[in-house]
Amino acid sequence: MTQAVSIPIQDHDLLTGMRSFLTAIMEKSGIDAILVPARLSVKNRIMPMLISDPACLTEADPLSPAFPVNAAQQLTRLTRQPAGGRLAAVLRPCEVRAFNELVKLNQGRREDVLIISLDCPGALSNSDFRTFADGYDSLDAASRAFAATAFSSAPAGDLPEVTSACRACDHPVCDGGDIGIERFGDDQATDPVARAHTESGQAALTGLDFPPPQAPAEGRKAAIQSILAVRRRYRDGMFAEVAEATNTIPALSTYLADCVNCYNCRGACPVCYCTTCVFSTDTFRHEPFQYVQWARRKGEIKMPTDTLFFHLTRMAHMSCACVGCGQCTNACPNDIPLSDLFTYVARHTQGAFDYRAGLDINARPPMNGFEEEEYPEIVGL
Amino acid sequence: MEPFEPAIIAFVCNWCTYTAADLAGTSRLAYPKNIRLIRVMCTGMVDPQYVIKAFLEGADGVLISGCHPGDCHYINGNYKARRRVKLLKEILPRFGIDDRRLRLTWIGASDGIEFSHIMGELVEQTRELGPMLPDLKMVI
Repeated sequence: MTQAVSIPIQDHDLLTGMRSFLTAIMEKSGIDAILVPARLSVKNRIMPMLISDPACLTEADPLSPAFPVNAAQQLTRLTRQPAGGRLAAVLRPCEVRAFNELVKLNQGRREDVLIISLDCPGALSNSDFRTFADGYDSLDAASRAFAATAFSSAPAGDLPEVTSACRACDHPVCDGGDIGIERFGDDQATDPVARAHTESGQAALTGLDFPPPQAPAEGRKAAIQSILAVRRRYRDGMFAEVAEATNTIPALSTYLADCVNCYNCRGACPVCYCTTCVFSTDTFRHEPFQYVQWARRKGEIKMPTDTLFFHLTRMAHMSCACVGCGQCTNACPNDIPLSDLFTYVARHTQGAFDYRAGLDINARPPMNGFEEEEYPEIVGL
Repeated sequence: MEPFEPAIIAFVCNWCTYTAADLAGTSRLAYPKNIRLIRVMCTGMVDPQYVIKAFLEGADGVLISGCHPGDCHYINGNYKARRRVKLLKEILPRFGIDDRRLRLTWIGASDGIEFSHIMGELVEQTRELGPMLPDLKMVI
């Protein structure tokens, strides 16, 4: 069984190298269809595409900083039942984590899909990506420009900054999938390594005619340590700011003051998986007298109502599964930094149960079990 | 000045704590009127959103009370409640809702005296914490 191969890169053209790698995986490892970020034929935009014709992989773009949706949600659509063919998916580490959480909640299956993950330098918000991509003649040029400096220690030049969620992410490493493509410590002199992390990853690599890895990437560990240090510093500062800004109910109301109850954050959240959310049911279509009664009691109420109630409930329902992908912020039409708030809460709820969402496929979600004797401090006056 | 009278919402399970409340009543034991009992079939069905709703609507305290460990009519609902309370105690205090405003107790069906005693103590403790959202006008 092959543990790792090197992906040959010519003329520093990583994008073409990645496409050849994906083509080889499709053709030689018996993959019928692959879910991969790819260029839309109608416009210079990236979306997850399900590609069954290897010829279409010339449009695949796993290096783009675009992150329009968390593809874990889409992957559950493909894997909740056997799809009648072997699938692969190219995912960011946070998408792998979200998919793992969904698998634990019986929304998808890992068995039927070969997950290929790449070390992640972070992604742009949708609006930043549009501006960035429109500054180049082609999407390929934009992706190459981003990929060229994304992992280098040199200043990023005029590249736009990745999202707050990405800057605070402390698990950008590609070890969660079946195959991980390593780019941290990328010195562009050695070719990137594709390493198997599971048996199915090994089997897939075994069929390829790729050379073994060149010298072990020495800079990788140090590069990861140094980027994690930067990110943790950013995250701690960000958490401190959020804590300060939301430490009372009125302060939290202020933080969420621009919310219009569109629930886009919920729709974009990969781990908010209920087909019908209680906030979309008739339970929240209150009787007219109820609104009037609230208004009478408080003097005035904001319409639409239940904004704070919605966000607090979402924290209770999904924060233990939050993988910090930042799609809630990305989806907010009114620019509320939701992922800052939700990752802050998630940090503490997951910490309380000694759980890290999505990292260990075998760890049980906290709200999914119990011990007979635990948390004695919770009980009693 | 009148002493502050807290409003406390108590989610009590049908099989143990509600029965204990019933027993307290039939035994003519008094407990403060500040407690508003909501009978649920099991503490395991108390979704965190019930608690959040109670606080946002102005409850000064929330109690969830069910069967002692091992006594749950549905085998393990009370253990699930314990995890959810642990979760809420991690979330709510970050937004200024004092940890002591949310309580979980086990009160068995025969504990009528204990029920009335605990309710009295709970009201006293909550009274000391003061009103939950004294001047919050706009919400929910």
